Order: sequence, then structure tokens, then C-alpha cells
Amino acid sequence: MTTAKTPRKKTGWFKRDWRLYLMLLIPVVWYLLFCYKPMAGVMIAFQKYSLVKGMWGSKFVGWKNFAFVMKQRDFLPALINTLKLNIMGLIVGFPVPVVLAIMLNEIQSRGVKRVSQTLLYLPHFLSWIIIGGMMLKIFAPTTGVVNATLLKWGWIKENIPFLSDGPTWQWTYTLIGVWQNMGWGTILYLSAITGINMELFEAAKIDGANKLQQIWHVTLPGIRSTIVVLLILNIGQMMNISFDRPYILGNTLVQDYCDVLSTYVYRTGITNAKFDRATAIGLFQSVVGFIMITAANFVTKRLGEDGIW
Amino acid sequence: MTTVPANVQFNKQKSKWTIGQIVLVAVIFVFVLTCVLPFLNVIAISFSSKSAILRGDVSFWPVEFETKAYEIIFADKTMIDCLFYTVKLTVIYTALAMVLTILMAYPLTKSRLKGRKFFNLLALFTMYFSGGTIPIYLNVRDLGMLDTMWSLIIPGLLSTYNMIIMKSFFASLPNELEEAATIDGANDFQILFQVYLPLSLASIATLTLFYAVGKWNSFADAKYYIQTRALQPLQLRLYNIIKGSTAVDVTAIEGNANSNAQNVSESIESATIIFATLPILVVYPFVQRYFVSGVTIGAVKG
Repeated sequence: MTTAKTPRKKTGWFKRDWRLYLMLLIPVVWYLLFCYKPMAGVMIAFQKYSLVKGMWGSKFVGWKNFAFVMKQRDFLPALINTLKLNIMGLIVGFPVPVVLAIMLNEIQSRGVKRVSQTLLYLPHFLSWIIIGGMMLKIFAPTTGVVNATLLKWGWIKENIPFLSDGPTWQWTYTLIGVWQNMGWGTILYLSAITGINMELFEAAKIDGANKLQQIWHVTLPGIRSTIVVLLILNIGQMMNISFDRPYILGNTLVQDYCDVLSTYVYRTGITNAKFDRATAIGLFQSVVGFIMITAANFVTKRLGEDGIW
Repeated sequence: MTTVPANVQFNKQKSKWTIGQIVLVAVIFVFVLTCVLPFLNVIAISFSSKSAILRGDVSFWPVEFETKAYEIIFADKTMIDCLFYTVKLTVIYTALAMVLTILMAYPLTKSRLKGRKFFNLLALFTMYFSGGTIPIYLNVRDLGMLDTMWSLIIPGLLSTYNMIIMKSFFASLPNELEEAATIDGANDFQILFQVYLPLSLASIATLTLFYAVGKWNSFADAKYYIQTRALQPLQLRLYNIIKGSTAVDVTAIEGNANSNAQNVSESIESATIIFATLPILVVYPFVQRYFVSGVTIGAVKG
């Protein structure tokens, strides 16, 4: 390694590159202090953590915190809700950007296409607090525009309980997520479609294929690998759920349906200061999540695609 | 044979607005509407009178137009302070984050660097495993940053995802640049700042926007770490107003102390949402294409 470009003696590497190491110094210290130190901090999941004694002085209690958490009434619902909301989002939401990307690609007018894309991407740029705040207005009973309009038109007799009935709330949550991501999700598919060899489309046209046949036989096979990779990576994320979205959309009426691992950890750890137990939940989630993401990567690699390693 | 593509081309030109195209555009239009109407609705509510809102009369156009909600927000000095505070927070965070990102990314593109694999892994592993909310919270607490502005800046300073994008851009620049500069006697710092950075302005702009929008929109860290009201960024303030635990100070306008807590009406909430959205909407048309290019680079190179 030292021979090819810089014919210096072996010990000269530090003298030569010390400036590069100096550059690395601050970010590496940051990684150690803000990523790896908290990783070591997961050991309080196995302790009876005392704020006074800290993580180096607290007593180890083995798996006791895990056992305690598993027995809690609200742990299992939080875990199930996490998986359920993620799976609903994946099943309903995954195909939408694919369809939308194919449709956008077929638009001939560049102006229409550009304006549509700009507006479709917009929800992605807003925080979940803004989106949540808007949705709480729109889906509110009686005064919300959806219920008010449907009542006025006589399509429904009474309010649809978008936010106050558990199962309905979960659909509201899912559809808002699909809506927020549908435009942004098209970007990778659109760039995959532009990568398809134009001659394939020409050849299909000459063979007499109509638009739908072209989409089915050229476009879809052309973006198949992108679809597969994104699907697998999404499945790998099933244990992860953001804090902002369920927290802003949820309310006490649907507590059993909107409580997920992130909000449960927040409530147990930060609100109620049960740091050791909350860390145990977080560690459980991290480990399962790590296994799933690694497995997802392994599968994509095996399929001959680029994973994210 | 050569006439066929010409023919196709001709047909394409002629048949720009076929029935199929009109149907397609109509369907897209419905999707686009779902993205626009919620905003129009909230804007309409923010300009409507309380009674019209409570009757459920407001859809996409203000009913009984009034600007009272905005007058109240702009008269509440703490709201304006909060806006400027959030801008300050975002600027400091973004500047520091870019410095760290560049300092980490650049050395990792040098194949001669000893230990490069180790440093790479050090960064990559954090994308797959993290200590989790509580150990990070306790870390922030142990460092004495709880309830300070720095708790919103330092712990989330570096995004490994962005660092990889930066790295892949540096790696795409030709090696000859560095060799030529070395012959001219430049050291690594000079090469980075005088050769590489001027050539990377587009990537730097993209990542700056990634960081800035991310910080502007971030909520969870503030919810975890911040108690003091003056240190709450806009998203947390907005959350508290929406969920009703904070009132906008209406006394400045109405001169009536007892209406304070009661008067977080629908229109004020909506006006606050618009107030928080506006800065994003103003920069959005300019930054959107950078984001799109950033996503594709991230996916390909990452």
C-alpha cells in the first residue's frame, strides 16, 4: 500500500498524513461520545439504575428489567401496534409510488409533469407536527372539512370517527403516511425508469405493443430490481417507528391503538424516569431491528443487488 | 427502417393531448389535489371567524374573512422570538454539521490512509445500531446539556447518511487534482479547502439543505430535552399550541387577561400552522431539485 504512490519509508505514514488524522479527530470524538458511549449505556438495561450512582456504580440485576417489562399490560400492545401500523403502511403504501411514478413518466407535457412533481413532493418537506396539526383539523368531527362536507352532501348520517375510534384511527394514521410519502417515493422509481434503454420501448412499439403492454413488458421489468430492493429494505425497518407521527396524531381516546414502542419508551423512560426498564425496551427493539436490517441487506446482496453496506 | 423513428416522433408531436393523456393528467390532478387541499383548508380556517368554523362552514375559502388570528400571533412577542430562535438554532446546527461532515468524509476517500477501513466501519455501524432513546438522553444529561440549546445541536450533529453522500462526491473527483496540488507544495488542508471544496459547492448546498430542513422540522429531541419555554423551538411550540397546553398570548391584542387560556381558537391554531409552514414554503421552490438529486446520489452511492 505504501509502495505504489508514495515511495517513502514505512514509518512515514503518520508524518505524511497527520493532517488527515487531525481532520478526523473532531468527528471521531463525536462518534465516540454521542454514538458509542450511548451504546455502552445500554448496559443499564441489566441494572437497577440509580441516577446517583450512574451506570458505572449501579447494581446489575440480569434480565430482571426485561422480565418486568414483558409482564407490563401495555408492552405487548405497543409492540403489536408498532408492527401492525408498519405492515399496514407497507401493504397500502408501497405500491402507490410505483404506480404514481409510472403515470408521471407517461405524461407528455413537461410543464404539467414538473408542476405535479413539485406539489406531490411538498408533504415530505413539512414536519410531522405541521402535517399532524393539519390532519387533526381536517379529520375533526363536525367542524373538520371531511366530516362537514360528507354530512352536508348527505353521504353519511353521523361523523366518521377518524381520530376517536381505535381501528379507524389506525387507518387514518396509515393513509396519512401513504399520502405524505407517495410523491417523494416516486423519485427513485422515476430515476430507474429513465435508466431503461429507450430502444426497448421503440422495439415494443414496432411490435405493436400499446401503452399498457409497454408498461407491463418494458417499464415494470426495467424497475423490478429497484422495487425488490426497496421492498426488502422497507421490511427490514418493521421494528422502527418514528416518535413524532404517532405522538402528534394519537390521543387518549385511542390509547390502546396508538401507543407504539417509541411513545412507550418515552413515557416509561423520560416521563416516568424508569430509565433501566425503558432502556430494556429500547435494547430489545434495537437488537431485533439490527437483525432484521442485516438480514434484509443479506437478502438484497444475494439477489445480486447493491445493499446498503 | 430509418423512417420509423421519425414517424413515431411525428405521431408523438401530433398526439400530445390524446384521450389517454387527458385521463392520465386528470388522475394525476386528483393526487395533486390531495396535496394542495389540506393547505387551502388550513389557510381558509386561519382567515375565518370562530362561528363560521364551529358551524363547519369553512372548506377551501375563508368564511366571514378576518385577520385576527394573525394579528394575535404577530402581537405575541414570544412567537416572533421563537421564530428567530429556531432560525438561529438551524443556522448554527447546519454550519457545524457541515464542518463535521466534510472533515469526516474527506480523509475517508484517501486510499493511502492507514486505518481507513476502521474509521469507515466506525461510522457505518451507527446506521445499524444505536444506543436508543434513553441512553442517549442520559448521555445528554450527564454532559450537562439538558435544557440548553446545545442539546438540540450537538447530539444529532452528524448524519452518517449525509457523510456518505459527501464522501462519494469527493471520491468522484479525479485523483490528479490532489497530485497536481501536492506537487505545487499544498498540504492536505489546503487541498481540501482550496481545491476540493470549490469544486463541491453543489453537493455542499444539497447537504446543507438536508441538514437545515431536518433541523427545522425536528421535534422529538426538543420534546425530550427542553423544558424552558424560551428554549423551545418552533415545532415544539406548535405542538403545545395544537395539543392545547400552551396558549398564544392574546392579551396583547385584546387587553383582557382572562381570555388568555381560553382563546386558543381553531383559527389561531391554523394560523400558527401556516406561520410555521411559511418559511419552508418560501425556500421550497428553490431547494426542491437539490433534494431530488441528493436522494438519487444517496441511493446509488450509499
